[in-house]
Amino acid sequence: MAFNIYDFTSFNQSIDQALYEWLPPFWALIVEMTIIGLVFLLAYAIVGLFLVYAERKVCAFMQNRVGPNRVGPYGIFQTIADFIKLLMKELVYIKNSDKLLFNIAPFIVIIASFMAIAAIPFAKGLHAIDFDIGIMYVVAVSSLGVVGVLLAGWSSNNKYSLIGAMRSGAQIISYELSVGLSLLTIIVLAGTMQFSQVVEMQSTGWFIFKGHIPAVIAFLIFLIASTAETNRGPFDLAEAESELTAGFHTEYSGIKFAFFFLAEYMNMFIVASIAATVFWGGWMPFHVSGWEGFNHVMDFIPPLVWYFGKTAFIIWLMMLFKWTFPRLRIDQLLNLEWKYLLPINLVNILFMAFIVLMGWHF
Amino acid sequence: MNSFYTYFAEIFRGLKSLLIGMSVTGRYFFSPGQIVTQQYPENRKKLKMFDRFKGDLIMPHDQNNQHRCTGCGICETNCPNGSIEVISDRIELPDGKKKRIIDKHIYHLSMCTFCGLCVKTCPSNALAWDQTFEHAVFDRSKLTKILNKPGSSIIKDIE
Repeated sequence: MAFNIYDFTSFNQSIDQALYEWLPPFWALIVEMTIIGLVFLLAYAIVGLFLVYAERKVCAFMQNRVGPNRVGPYGIFQTIADFIKLLMKELVYIKNSDKLLFNIAPFIVIIASFMAIAAIPFAKGLHAIDFDIGIMYVVAVSSLGVVGVLLAGWSSNNKYSLIGAMRSGAQIISYELSVGLSLLTIIVLAGTMQFSQVVEMQSTGWFIFKGHIPAVIAFLIFLIASTAETNRGPFDLAEAESELTAGFHTEYSGIKFAFFFLAEYMNMFIVASIAATVFWGGWMPFHVSGWEGFNHVMDFIPPLVWYFGKTAFIIWLMMLFKWTFPRLRIDQLLNLEWKYLLPINLVNILFMAFIVLMGWHF
Repeated sequence: MNSFYTYFAEIFRGLKSLLIGMSVTGRYFFSPGQIVTQQYPENRKKLKMFDRFKGDLIMPHDQNNQHRCTGCGICETNCPNGSIEVISDRIELPDGKKKRIIDKHIYHLSMCTFCGLCVKTCPSNALAWDQTFEHAVFDRSKLTKILNKPGSSIIKDIE
């Protein structure tokens, strides 16, 4: 079994072959799916817990505070303690709520983010499903989360939940357009929707440098729109604490609340990894075409480091947004999308198409 | 054309103001400067609360164990939730006049909202705030305090 930190293809294939030799094909497939599910579940818990900790530390540093510092060195076990606390909390029964939908809603939210993470390439060959329409799949699946949010708001039998859910619906449906169109700008440049090929094409330079002006505009729009799509501040009107207590998850407690909480952070991670993959080359090291020696040095840094470094930087940017800007009103939110982001985006696609047509990209 | 210009001017003005805000928080992220959080249990030895902190109601006594309270009861009538009880006594002075002195000035910390009306309204400035803040005790009865020390008397020329 050849384990290579730069290319996981042979490693995955050897596991695949071993399983198919030992087991009949049906059971081998089941075992493979179980392994991948468990790996993602584990990654989900670790990344989610770490992001909650990172958010609390980052916001503390921005506000001249210390942040969590009691549980473990520098408070790194704080979120684990919080999670244990959430697990032990009572699941409160809500009178006159729609029990079935109320119980299903957190699962829909978390399943949507789970499905989206499957299509993301973490390193060469480290990729659960490599659809040839990967980008479209991720955009489609990640917007399913709003169904869970709407159900949670509707079934709670609470005015705050309902208002929060309706706001969230209006927000996600509007910003979905900008996310899709800004990704489309890059698809025009790449000529493919398959994630592995999108990454492979950036081996001569990341798309944000290859596509220069329109790619930078698309990246900025994607960053704004995807922050809005994950319901994070400054676009967190769906759960605006000061007006709606907690918005759509007001009535949830214990582990169901933890699901919503975890899904928010995982959505942030997924959105950041899409931004990193599509605009900044994903796991592809920093290459400048022509500089062979430089490229060779860059290749020594493992792809997982590149991937997580870029993703962490974009997550940090999104945290900077949250802890800098005040929350938008609903009319300002829709103004921003329909008057500014969408028209600019449409013109930008045309601009990108023109540049690709004339061959003015690198 | 003018509206076209204002549209883009608005975008760039908005972007500029966003970047200014982000540069402020970004600067704090990389160099927070003075951290304002107090590491409380570790620093309790040298932690000193500021003078205006309302910790605990006290009646200052001087070195002769004398206080300034005349026992008029104004603090008791001004307390909004009845956390002060003044029990006064009458004594006969050598020249035959009767004078009121306090027997006990009782303060219920458990009922106090720290509004400070007693300190403000006291005509002879007999009450003051202390800066202690660790009020937790195991028995509720320990929260009832007698502010005048045993054997204390009033300073001579206070009426």
